[in-house]
Amino acid sequence: MSAGTRPPGADLPEHPDHLWREPDPKRSYDVVIVGGGGHGLATAHYLARAHGITNVAVLERGWLAGGNMARNTTIIRSNYLWDESAAVYEFALKLWEGLEAELDYPLLFSQRGVLNLAHSLQDVRDSVRRVEANRLGGIDAEWLDADGVREVCPIVDISPAARYPVLGGTYQPRAGIAKHDHVAWALARSADAAGVDLIQGCEVTGIDVRGGRVTGVRTTRGSIAAGRVALCAAGHTSVLAAMAGFELPLQSHPLQALVSELLEPVHPTVVMSNAVHVYVSQAHKGELVMGAGIDAYTAYTQRGAFHVVERQMAAALELFPVFARAHVLRTWGGIVDVTPDASPIVGRSPVAGLYLNCGWGTGGFKATPGAGAILAHTVAHDEPHPLARPFSLDRFTTGALVDEHGAAAVAH
Amino acid sequence: MLLIPCPWCGPRDEAEFTYGGQAHVPYPRDPAALTDEEWARYLFFRDNPKGPHAERWCHTISCRRWFNVVRDTATNEVLAAYRIGEAGPVIS
Ligand SMILES: Cc1cc2nc3c(=O)[nH]c(=O)nc-3n(C[C@H](O)[C@H](O)[C@H](O)COP(=O)(O)OP(=O)(O)OC[C@H]3O[C@@H](n4cnc5c(N)ncnc54)[C@H](O)[C@@H]3O)c2cc1C
Ligand SMILES: [Zn+2]
Repeated sequence: MSAGTRPPGADLPEHPDHLWREPDPKRSYDVVIVGGGGHGLATAHYLARAHGITNVAVLERGWLAGGNMARNTTIIRSNYLWDESAAVYEFALKLWEGLEAELDYPLLFSQRGVLNLAHSLQDVRDSVRRVEANRLGGIDAEWLDADGVREVCPIVDISPAARYPVLGGTYQPRAGIAKHDHVAWALARSADAAGVDLIQGCEVTGIDVRGGRVTGVRTTRGSIAAGRVALCAAGHTSVLAAMAGFELPLQSHPLQALVSELLEPVHPTVVMSNAVHVYVSQAHKGELVMGAGIDAYTAYTQRGAFHVVERQMAAALELFPVFARAHVLRTWGGIVDVTPDASPIVGRSPVAGLYLNCGWGTGGFKATPGAGAILAHTVAHDEPHPLARPFSLDRFTTGALVDEHGAAAVAH
Repeated sequence: MLLIPCPWCGPRDEAEFTYGGQAHVPYPRDPAALTDEEWARYLFFRDNPKGPHAERWCHTISCRRWFNVVRDTATNEVLAAYRIGEAGPVIS
């Protein structure tokens, strides 16, 4: 079908009216998951499907997947620097590769590759180092020179006179994007069908701890007893930890993104540039999807400042002069929970029976199935999944940080 | 964009400032005496409330001075701004 004969987006599937029930909360559950974003829903799915644990509730203060799950720019990749992170994100990427079949739902998972541009000699060195590290770890990664970049994405300005000269880039062919809403709905449908209660409009306002062990949660829809509680609250995790009496090394920041109006296909892959602070892909429907780094201050407002957007647009125009006449259709923000080493915290908390899954910051969408599988295992066995072990809370005391600032700061 | 009241220059756009994180975090008096837990707290743990937050800002492109602000992180309302060395307001 040639572009132009059918409007962009015409081939997206229709959805049934209802994909899950609307149950009232029961008085008690074996497992309560706080937060109905991608991670909470994936955890419920794997608790039921991989561990046979179905007496489970997912409590969501707003509507399902209305937080960062609805606001992210859906970049999926596994080309992180350190073995610990590459292992976790590659585990997730492998799950993505089978997820449409597993959930029997179209996720528009598109392995169109991700390019990370290098603009300076130091960028080149860091990039080549990361490519080599990835290859040693069995992850598909290539170093492309400027011509190679243009071959993958012809609209990038690689001329030597460009304001931000492109010296090359890393490329992960198996990376890509997916449709975030579909992912959430498919996970929700699967968990619901297995008997999990997905409860919307239910804010957790307190966490009951007795003798160092969690016993339940208080909510805007009453008290709910729980054998185990898993926190999947992303930007609000610090608020929940405070309810349970401990603190976490998290800072909650606004992170913004935007889309252009629908355009004909011009951008075949995903391009990111850490140095000039912007990344761009083109959604299936045709919008250019762009984002950058976090707003500097901490906030829970789900909005950021316009000058941050303006700066990222300026950078995008230098890299993609062809975008000069595109219009911004919509900008928005989410609240991301950032750790000191730009790596997540997954595993036990100081309270027995209360498990952490947080700190995914600007890059947790790509981890969705992986985070869910690992957390479900951790909750089911009261024992961190082997892939989660390096991401324990106590790494900030032992000093065994997993510093991914190079691979995960502006790049999501 | 925030409107931040610099105690020296008056209200200016956020774009003129640099954010400096939580205010009133003293450097440990005897770092070598800290336990690993205490050192970790100093290095990595900062307040992250949904509500009033005492924080530092620097008026980078004007007076270039650091000062403190109390801002409600749920609304972005600036509740107070005061000079370094001055006591912060009591916010209940
Ligand atoms: C603009 C933007 C762009 C991004 N781009 C990417 C990207 O390209 N690639 C990538 O990998 N990642 C990206 N991310 C990060 C990614 O979105 C997050 O890391 C990930 O979505 C977090 O997991 P989640 O889906 O479970 O979070 P969320 O969807 O935020 O789920 C947390 C849920 O917890 C609920 N909650 C909070 N407190 C309570 C309470 N007290 N009681 C009940 N419920 C509560 C919230 O309402 C929310 O629905 C981006 C984020 C943003 C904001
Ligand atoms: Zn000033």
